[in-house]
Amino acid sequence: MEQFLQQVASGLANGAIYACVALALVMIYVSTDHINFAQGEMAMFSTYISWQLMNWGMSFWVAFVLTVLISFAMGVLIERLILRPLHNAPVLSIIVVFIGLLAIFNSMAGAFWSYLIKEFPSPFPKSSFGIAGVIGPHQLGVVVVTLIVLGLLFVFFRYTPLGLAMRAAAQNPQMARLVGVRVDWMLALGWGLAASVGAVAGIMVAHIVYLEPNMMGGILLYAFASALVGGISNPAGAVAGGFIVGILENMVAYAGNQIEKATGVYIIGNGEKLTVALIIVIFVLTVKPAGLFGRVVVKRV
Amino acid sequence: MASLLEVKGLKAFYGQTQSLYDVGFDIPTGGITTLLGANGAGKTTTLRAICNMVRTDGTIRFDGKDIRGMATEEIVRQRIAHVPEGRGTFTTLTVDENLRIAAYTRKDKQGVKDELERVFAYFPRLKERIQQQAGTLSGGEQQMLAIARALMLKPRLMLLDEPSFGLAPLIVLEIFRILRRINEEEKVSILLVEQNAALALDLATHAYVLETGKVVMSGPSDVVKNDENVRKSYLGY
Repeated sequence: MEQFLQQVASGLANGAIYACVALALVMIYVSTDHINFAQGEMAMFSTYISWQLMNWGMSFWVAFVLTVLISFAMGVLIERLILRPLHNAPVLSIIVVFIGLLAIFNSMAGAFWSYLIKEFPSPFPKSSFGIAGVIGPHQLGVVVVTLIVLGLLFVFFRYTPLGLAMRAAAQNPQMARLVGVRVDWMLALGWGLAASVGAVAGIMVAHIVYLEPNMMGGILLYAFASALVGGISNPAGAVAGGFIVGILENMVAYAGNQIEKATGVYIIGNGEKLTVALIIVIFVLTVKPAGLFGRVVVKRV
Repeated sequence: MASLLEVKGLKAFYGQTQSLYDVGFDIPTGGITTLLGANGAGKTTTLRAICNMVRTDGTIRFDGKDIRGMATEEIVRQRIAHVPEGRGTFTTLTVDENLRIAAYTRKDKQGVKDELERVFAYFPRLKERIQQQAGTLSGGEQQMLAIARALMLKPRLMLLDEPSFGLAPLIVLEIFRILRRINEEEKVSILLVEQNAALALDLATHAYVLETGKVVMSGPSDVVKNDENVRKSYLGY
């Protein structure tokens, strides 16, 4: 039983990370209809920035806040300088740009900080935090921090005029212009926010996966899966999808271990987690193409 | 009467296709002006051209200021409200949010609140549906919402693109009554594009008739109403 709870708890922690990255993907998707393949690498790059800041002597949380702000600026700049000129470009061109960004961030990180794996600190005190035997201090910390971030974003989008303007711009850009919303800036803000949320995910996960230029590769896949499971057009769904995928992958490995223990037959284990997660995604999408919480788009003809 | 909007030699293009050739008109401050014409004459394009939603050439002056080529959102911020064809409802937002979005640049919370109350006085039905998702409103309610949202911009000029489209006759009459009140009580000048020429000519003080991207006739509504060609082509008697 204790092992089961442990698995759920660590699934929650992973899920929180997936949820953040999935949310970043969805934020850009709902306003532009594009999936930003470079989202993971941007988060990785942000994590390196925070590592650098800490290396220069800043405390974890100061570096954290500063990195989130820097990432915001980075996201806004990428939108304004790189994607703005591609406003009317065909989808494939934009995908190429995303892949290019992915490669650029990856190799820049390698060039600046080398490909050597670095340890990344955890800000959560080992003694006072966590529930003994169930969830470790860092895992609990990750869940708490991401929930705070998600909560703040929810409040921002739901209750502030600027959040409302961003939602309106995403839903109907032409009409948003007709009520005076500066839609171009809303897109840039969306990029900034997505980069910030990604940075939070990167900084939180780096202690677990260690810091290296390819650290977000697998996570981006999981996040993408989460977003699809939850419904790519629904931010809340993406967050739920993140937690579902996070817990599911651990459950699969746990079930595999239990079966092996009971019967001695190895069917499935840690190595197959990703495969199983993706199979589940495909299954969900076959049965419910819009995702669990997605809106089915019906076009009148 | 001084003119609020002055349009001269307006041309408009969709890609390579020119759809307005030489459109000119004046909208007097405080008046209601209507643009009549058959399908494809360029009525909607004219409204879109004013808000720079198509490529244009010519002169568009609002309150003496040249606004042609300004970004749509900046033109709107000069207090020109455009109620587009198809109503432009933010379907996933609530009625309340649909209205508040038009006031999002304003800092004075009390002012926005008062504004909402004023708008609800014209459209009490919207107040009953305030927390409902706007996409679930009926066609007539969505048209009311579109006009109400335009009012939230505190416009000096309101551009209306076929407010009667697809609505039951009784609802249309109600909406036109409200438009007249808005014009009189809020001192909002109106430029109305309508297929329903009889209704439009009743409401408007001035009328312009468009044919294939050109103004072919203009004058006070009473004069236009009694013109034989207009009667035959648009009024059907």
